[in-house]
Amino acid sequence: MNLLRLSWRMLLREWRAGELHALTFALLIAVGGVTAVGFFTDRVNQALTTEASQLLAADLVLAADHEVSGVFLSEARRRGMTPVRILTFPSMVLSATGSQLAEIKAVAPGYPLRGELRIQSPQGERNAEGIPEPGTVWLDQRLLAQLQIAPGDSLELGAARFRVGAVLSFEPDRGGDMFSIAPRLMMNAQDLPATALIQPGSRVSYRTLLAGTPREIAAFRAWAAPRLSRGEKLEGVSDGRPEIRSALERGGKFLNLAALTSLILAAVAIVLSARRFLERHLDGCAVMRCTGASQSQVFRLYLYQFLCLGVLASLAGCLLGYGAQWVLARQLGGLIAASLPAPSWLPLAYGLLTGLATLLGFALPFLQRLKRVPPLWVLRRELGRPQRLNLAGFAAGVAALLAMLLWQAGEIRLGLYVLAGLAAVVVGALLLTHALIWLLAPLRRGVGVTWRYGLASLVRRRHASASQVVALGLGLTALLLLTLVRGDLLHSWQSTLPLHAPNRFVINIQPDQVQPLQSFLASRGMASAALFPMVRGRLLAINGRAVSAADYEEDRTRRLVEREFNLSWAEQLQGDNQIVAGRWWGKNHAATAQWSVEEGIARNLGIRLGDKLTYQVAGQSFSATVTSLRKVDWDSFHVNFFVIATPALLQGYPASYITAFYLPAGDEALLDGMVKAFPNLTVIDVAALMNQVRAMMERIVSTVEFVFLFTLAAGLMALYAAIAATREERMVEAAVMRTLGASGRQLLLSQLAEFILIGLLAGIVSALAATGLGYALATRVFHLPYQLNPWLWVAALAAGVLGVTLAGWLGTRGVLHQPPLQTLGQLG
Amino acid sequence: MQASRLSRQVPAGDGVLTILHGLELEIASGDSVAILGASGSGKSTLLGLLAGLDLPTSGEVHINGVNLFALDEDGRAALRGRLIGFVFQSFQLLPALTALENVMLPLELAGAASAREMALTVLHRVGLGERLHHYPKHLSGGEQQRVAIARAFATQPKLLLADEPTGNLDSATGARIIDLLFELNREQGTTLVLVTHDAELAARCGRRLRLVDGHLVESS
Ligand SMILES: Nc1ncnc2c1ncn2[C@@H]1O[C@H](COP(=O)(O)OP(=O)(O)O)[C@@H](O)[C@H]1O
Ligand SMILES: [Mg+2]
Repeated sequence: MNLLRLSWRMLLREWRAGELHALTFALLIAVGGVTAVGFFTDRVNQALTTEASQLLAADLVLAADHEVSGVFLSEARRRGMTPVRILTFPSMVLSATGSQLAEIKAVAPGYPLRGELRIQSPQGERNAEGIPEPGTVWLDQRLLAQLQIAPGDSLELGAARFRVGAVLSFEPDRGGDMFSIAPRLMMNAQDLPATALIQPGSRVSYRTLLAGTPREIAAFRAWAAPRLSRGEKLEGVSDGRPEIRSALERGGKFLNLAALTSLILAAVAIVLSARRFLERHLDGCAVMRCTGASQSQVFRLYLYQFLCLGVLASLAGCLLGYGAQWVLARQLGGLIAASLPAPSWLPLAYGLLTGLATLLGFALPFLQRLKRVPPLWVLRRELGRPQRLNLAGFAAGVAALLAMLLWQAGEIRLGLYVLAGLAAVVVGALLLTHALIWLLAPLRRGVGVTWRYGLASLVRRRHASASQVVALGLGLTALLLLTLVRGDLLHSWQSTLPLHAPNRFVINIQPDQVQPLQSFLASRGMASAALFPMVRGRLLAINGRAVSAADYEEDRTRRLVEREFNLSWAEQLQGDNQIVAGRWWGKNHAATAQWSVEEGIARNLGIRLGDKLTYQVAGQSFSATVTSLRKVDWDSFHVNFFVIATPALLQGYPASYITAFYLPAGDEALLDGMVKAFPNLTVIDVAALMNQVRAMMERIVSTVEFVFLFTLAAGLMALYAAIAATREERMVEAAVMRTLGASGRQLLLSQLAEFILIGLLAGIVSALAATGLGYALATRVFHLPYQLNPWLWVAALAAGVLGVTLAGWLGTRGVLHQPPLQTLGQLG
Repeated sequence: MQASRLSRQVPAGDGVLTILHGLELEIASGDSVAILGASGSGKSTLLGLLAGLDLPTSGEVHINGVNLFALDEDGRAALRGRLIGFVFQSFQLLPALTALENVMLPLELAGAASAREMALTVLHRVGLGERLHHYPKHLSGGEQQRVAIARAFATQPKLLLADEPTGNLDSATGARIIDLLFELNREQGTTLVLVTHDAELAARCGRRLRLVDGHLVESS
């Protein structure tokens, strides 16, 4: 207890003396950065999830092909949620001038729970407040055109008559099952009985929408999942459209990457500061040992100081982080979401834990070394150096950091990549620095006095130099990754959804319409649109063994097994597909019977190259071998198929065709012409959906850019700590050189010589590391093509040399204008 | 060398501490002077001012007719390079450089053409011809101080200032260092100003001055 009080008093004394400012500052910034990132990404992630919820119009949907049991509804109400039910079914709609098959959606008040309905009124497009009044219906533009009616006209639906209340221009959950969507009619569920359309055996899809906090949703999900019966399923946010899901996942990864990097930089800053603390306290420790303190007393004395400091600095850092994220949210709030959800308290715990674990993990080895200082140190420094630092002592710190990384990454692979990258940079920097020093050392006889002195200092401070190169190398690597590589990654991500990606899909094309439609499109300058055949088929068996939904875990996979899905045939491999196993058959083997399967679905269904798949099409079943696995870019919005057959295998079965093309805004007249010429075609407009995806990408990019600022601050801290570590030594030496008659220019040059060498080394290390890590991240984590960027090298070397030189110059500039004895007096 | 009305005050707590108080001093070329005084009386402060390593609160120091404090920091450094050698109590060798390089440094900084040869000569003179390529941390205290003295004499200064040069050494080693200083003083005709506690050493100097209350008094 006495020791604790003494520690506290010493801490206060050292605080006043300014001994601990640098260390505390580093820790505070680090924890502040990490928690700000934590708080903010927490809120952003919540907001992004909310955004994705809009595509469901809810947070969770209970979908069924029958009316679900009331138990689900009452349980949801009991948990404080307000379920909203919607029904969709196909039906003919009649007007005075025509009739058309439409997808009817009957909604109850409250719909949509997430996102907005938008309607077109003579004044323009606006958010709909509420749902169609009883007795009125809203139609999309396509259905209005097909029925040749306008708002205010009336139409017949089943046994009832309705007035057209408005033009429906956007519904958040339209994206559901893209290829089955006919034109839309939205009605009030109250009017359903009057239509008498819902009869036993009608094809109706029942959806119960739920919204709530993530915790409520998760709890309800856990409760409901085991109670589902056949034909019922839960759709969560991440079960939505795959495009949205992959956008969300990538966005999350980018944010985590930024947070991870600031954590590593924090550790670097702490190591460097703690090392300096050790150097400065050797004397005091030796004196204490001389006056009778035991090793363990000395150790605990410093341990308690560090514990107190760690708790206080981490708390202050958390406050800083909390404050910073409010500023952040205020600046970016409107950009990310109308209003960001309140942050959870988890990041606070994370900040505290991070601060303490990082400080102790990386400072303990130094404290241990401190306690081993022999009392003789007081008298004869050249004899009494405590033994070299034990690198194994950092194992705990590295383990703590690894745990933090994994927690933050939420994914082992990303965490491991970052850690492996870190280890590679450290080892690489050490090897490279020592190798270069070894190579440079002999040069020292052949150069002028300033370079000789710079070189000599670099060589003598070999270990300090190496740790500076490591720190700067890591900092620069992070900055490079986050500026150039991040730019490259984001660019290639955004370019996966090119500006002119197809935004209209046309389905239901009959075989005899293929030629006429192609010439119709060609005559209007759309020659490039390719038509693909589609055959509905159901997977019966793999290698003769019948497949059953019960064999699979994942909802999506089960659905694939339960239902028919679209197969296609082709002679040539589509341009954006890539064979990852086996061989594509090509023109010459088009007459054989083979399958090619998309690798993702193959993995889910357990299909391997060489397996025999049995399909049932139009009542007939047949088998063929899987001769290739394909990689498909689902983000591209191109027409793609999970399973493709050789033409010979499928050509004989009833097929319809599908095509997709980019229709520039304002060219909608072309569609009217097409629908007139080919009335049976169904056009699906995905432009709105694509705009949603694009908007989301842009928001993610800007949040990542903001989070990057914190990483930058952490990087600057590491840089500061690295320079500060040898600053005093440099100043003493500069003062001595001053005494010997060195001019300001000579002092500056000899310092610069050393800084330039360190900066150059750090630049080389970081360019290598950023290239390697960027490649690994692109190909392994983000699954994007990676292009070597020569600017990375230019930037790395320039940033290394300029950054270090500037920082070093700022740090030692004072010496130039101060009488040498004052420098020596202040320091010694 | 001449110092007039030299004062040095430093802020201390709430007031100011006057270390030197309008001090007057004149030293003829080739003389050897010992400065004595209690610990904390301001000996190091005075020596630092005489070398232009620090700035006085008021007063002037003229060396060879040049007013030290009319020059800027670079000007003073250049003047030191040409005229003044300084030996610290704690040696202050640059740890990155070998013994030879430490001695070459002031010569090179001044742009001397044959720095290496000159440094070699002085190092042999102080008896360290065998330790040319050793780093300071591999040298004993006495050897380090001999390197420091070689470094101070390498530029053949007109004035050598030594602040308790034997303070960190045992008496036998200290005696050898002192012998060396006086030999070089004789050989090169250098003016020598020594701060010391050692009465025996002081006795070997031409003049002995005692620093009391910020003034110098001649003592016998
Ligand atoms: N820059 C300074 N700031 C505050 N006090 C100083 C400064 N320089 C010297 N002193 C004080 O002035 C007194 C004289 O110091 P010093 O010249 O080193 O004495 P000596 O060398 O005779 O032992 C001491 O009490 C010292 O603490
Ligand atoms: Mg003194």
